[in-house]
Amino acid sequence: MRVPNLATCAGPGVAALLTGACAVATSSTPTARVSDTLSVQRSQYASTYVRRESPPVLIRNATILTAAGPEMTHSSVLFADGRIVAVGADSGLPVGTVVVDGTGKYVTPGVIDTHSHLGVYSAPGTPSQSDGNEATDPVTPQVWAEHSFWPQDPQIPLAIAGGVTVIQVLPGSANLIGGRSVTLRLIPARTVQEMKYPDAPYGVKMACGENPKGTYGQKNGPSTRMGNVAGYRAAFAAAEQYGRKWDTWLRTKAGDAPARDLKLETLADVLRGKLLVHIHCYRADEMAQMLDLAREFGFHIRSFHHATEGYKIADLLARDSVSASVWADWWGFKMESLDGIPENAALLQQAGARTIIHSDSEDGIQRLNQEAAKAMYAGRNAGIAVTREQAIRWITANPAWALGIDSTTGTLEPGKHADVVVWSGDPFSVYSKAERVYNDGWLVFDRSDTTRQYRTDFNIGITQPGVGQ
Amino acid sequence: MSRGAWRFLLWALVPAPAAGQVVAITGGTVYPVSGPPIEHGTLLLRDGRISAVGASVTVPDGAVRVDATGMWVTPGLIHAGSTLGLKLFEVGAQEETEEDFVTGEVKAAFNVGEGIDPAAVSIPVARLEGITTAVTAPAGGLIPGQAVLIDLAGTRLDELLVKSPAAMIADLSQGGKAAGGGSRAGAVLRLRRVLRDAIEYAKRREDFRKAQMQPLAASADDLEALQPVVGGTLPLFVIANRRSDIENALRLAADFKLRLVVWGGVEAWQVAPELARAAVPVVLEPLTDVPRFDALGARLDNATLLRAAGVKVVAAQRDAAHFRDLRQAAGNEVRNGMSWADALRSVTLSAAEAAGIEGSRGSLEPGKVANVVVWSGDPLELSSQVRHLFIHGVEIPLQSRQTELFRRYRTLPPAY
Repeated sequence: MRVPNLATCAGPGVAALLTGACAVATSSTPTARVSDTLSVQRSQYASTYVRRESPPVLIRNATILTAAGPEMTHSSVLFADGRIVAVGADSGLPVGTVVVDGTGKYVTPGVIDTHSHLGVYSAPGTPSQSDGNEATDPVTPQVWAEHSFWPQDPQIPLAIAGGVTVIQVLPGSANLIGGRSVTLRLIPARTVQEMKYPDAPYGVKMACGENPKGTYGQKNGPSTRMGNVAGYRAAFAAAEQYGRKWDTWLRTKAGDAPARDLKLETLADVLRGKLLVHIHCYRADEMAQMLDLAREFGFHIRSFHHATEGYKIADLLARDSVSASVWADWWGFKMESLDGIPENAALLQQAGARTIIHSDSEDGIQRLNQEAAKAMYAGRNAGIAVTREQAIRWITANPAWALGIDSTTGTLEPGKHADVVVWSGDPFSVYSKAERVYNDGWLVFDRSDTTRQYRTDFNIGITQPGVGQ
Repeated sequence: MSRGAWRFLLWALVPAPAAGQVVAITGGTVYPVSGPPIEHGTLLLRDGRISAVGASVTVPDGAVRVDATGMWVTPGLIHAGSTLGLKLFEVGAQEETEEDFVTGEVKAAFNVGEGIDPAAVSIPVARLEGITTAVTAPAGGLIPGQAVLIDLAGTRLDELLVKSPAAMIADLSQGGKAAGGGSRAGAVLRLRRVLRDAIEYAKRREDFRKAQMQPLAASADDLEALQPVVGGTLPLFVIANRRSDIENALRLAADFKLRLVVWGGVEAWQVAPELARAAVPVVLEPLTDVPRFDALGARLDNATLLRAAGVKVVAAQRDAAHFRDLRQAAGNEVRNGMSWADALRSVTLSAAEAAGIEGSRGSLEPGKVANVVVWSGDPLELSSQVRHLFIHGVEIPLQSRQTELFRRYRTLPPAY
């Protein structure tokens, strides 16, 4: 299946079509009176992210896993103004460069998690902070995870201390279509807008199997897997019609604009290829059904999440360029996860499917390097030759691809954002820790400096300093 | 090994070696836990027991030799907080697979033993992580019931059971509050009444039979079951995470002279000196650091801080979906500051001590039960795997339902 070209901007496609520019790039200062424009033409919850001014940094004499090429020993990484300048041999140093001795240390790109509920299922877990599932209707593409996100979630610093620089925050999996995801830089911030990764495309969360039918089985349905599929089909059929109606109006401007429908607007943008589709799905046979659904409506699935049976259809995923966001070894916690095996990621890699280790966990996100290591070694111990270069991509370059930001982050290559982790040792060892985490060049975590260990507002006066230790 | 042959080994009774048959594990580095490592050590297993450990042990003629050259040899890991054999799916997902809970608040007479399914598919998976022995425990209510200790081999309950009961469980954390009318203080009060009545009941069994006693705080069965607890012989594993919950448990233990083990212990680092003084072990989850209202002071180096204060630390991963992470949890104790030897001890000998089976398990010493693991490398490191595993001196095939699925899907299309 063809992989659609990604929109280079976030925001609803209709807005982009109307203005001829990215919605996110539009100034929030209105130049026209409100009544002159439609809401869809205005800025849609734009990113207000601003890179923090930081001195240039040279990390010297380290072992570097770039996620774009072979492992390099006794090598350097230089970054300045938030961008990677050079990787490899030492080159000329800009004035004011901070030099970090990397002897004995390892450097990787920042860890990226395609599946997080940080900020929407915040800690401490309470009903008051349970904002991840709009479980009032099985089809809720109109809800956006960012509108639930709490930037003061104390789980954020814990994930930063694990080397994570970018996350996709997803709605939960109660619904067939759960809503829009958002891609965030994991940095201290007052608002979610300050964390939004500029120009990252939105994702849409969908879910197969037990969760939707379990949530709605005693209500108005769906109560079966066939009911689930009928639900997706009905929604996309309506979206197809809605999209055409808008496209026609935009061309002709005849009469009043069609009524804005926030559900169908999101789904129409899926059909336009502007939003990336992320589907929670465990079983192989159900993933195959979803591939058919995508074929029927002409969209592409960017990533299956959990995919504990991905190994059974790794060839189909490779064929359709669908990535698999999996755990290292979770299994057995519900019927549809019964067949999870530790070699899943390695078998996916072997088949040529784009493999990602995700967390879906406030605990696991702190140790995605360990999870990737477990999955790599499970493969090797079973005779599958997974390389370290491949395995580091499972938590960096490949998730960047799944989020549509791989042209700007996910590897240590000149020109990319300086999302960089310095590890105390081999990141595939249980004993290693992230010592320094740079997010777009900003040192957001330093294990040796308590002033560089961010504490959320919640932490203050409630938890003890040093949680990242 | 042919497909049929290993299937037989997996599902059928593994024949025990003939009496007197000796297994010699040679050439590896032996980590007895109870003493320093032995390079090129030899371990002899005979009649289900360890008969010799050392650098200059003579291998008798006719011994079955296991070459462990370049490998690491340790005691089987002990999981001190599992639901192995009792539970596979998450709460509420599938009742037929859940045997760890009965209704009610005070269920001291409830022993999980007969709910154990020796054929549970989780047991072979646990063995592949080097786990040979587990505390398997009930949950729910103020006194969930009695935990038992099992070895992870056999087809009948009596083959698995090591100790029953192994511990009484009580919950003074959020989970016990309902029994106390919704308050922690109420839960402590109710537990005190139950323990007080257990003592009273034992003094006046005859009065009780004649119905000459005021109503008691629990049924006669439950009060009988609590006798070894108030007698100080059966450990009471108290689920306590908040500092004040742990302090409540310590006071209770002092007042009733209980053999207390703190289970959970998320904020235990805050009362480390008191725990050390009272010689109370803590069974904790080393990967827990997310604050929750039950324990806002969670931190990854809890185990390290406790150990530094002289507290006996046991590592466990109580979540049914993550029991297999036991050695990763121990590895993370090292990552977060504990010594490697203490971390290995936290999943072997310290676990055995907390459950009162240190006389038979938890270290490689002559006379102990031959639960032994041979690893490709450092057992706490992610790259290592189990190469040989012995329970009661019998080598167990390293197979599980998962390895069978892998075999089927190793290449696509699958090998039907």
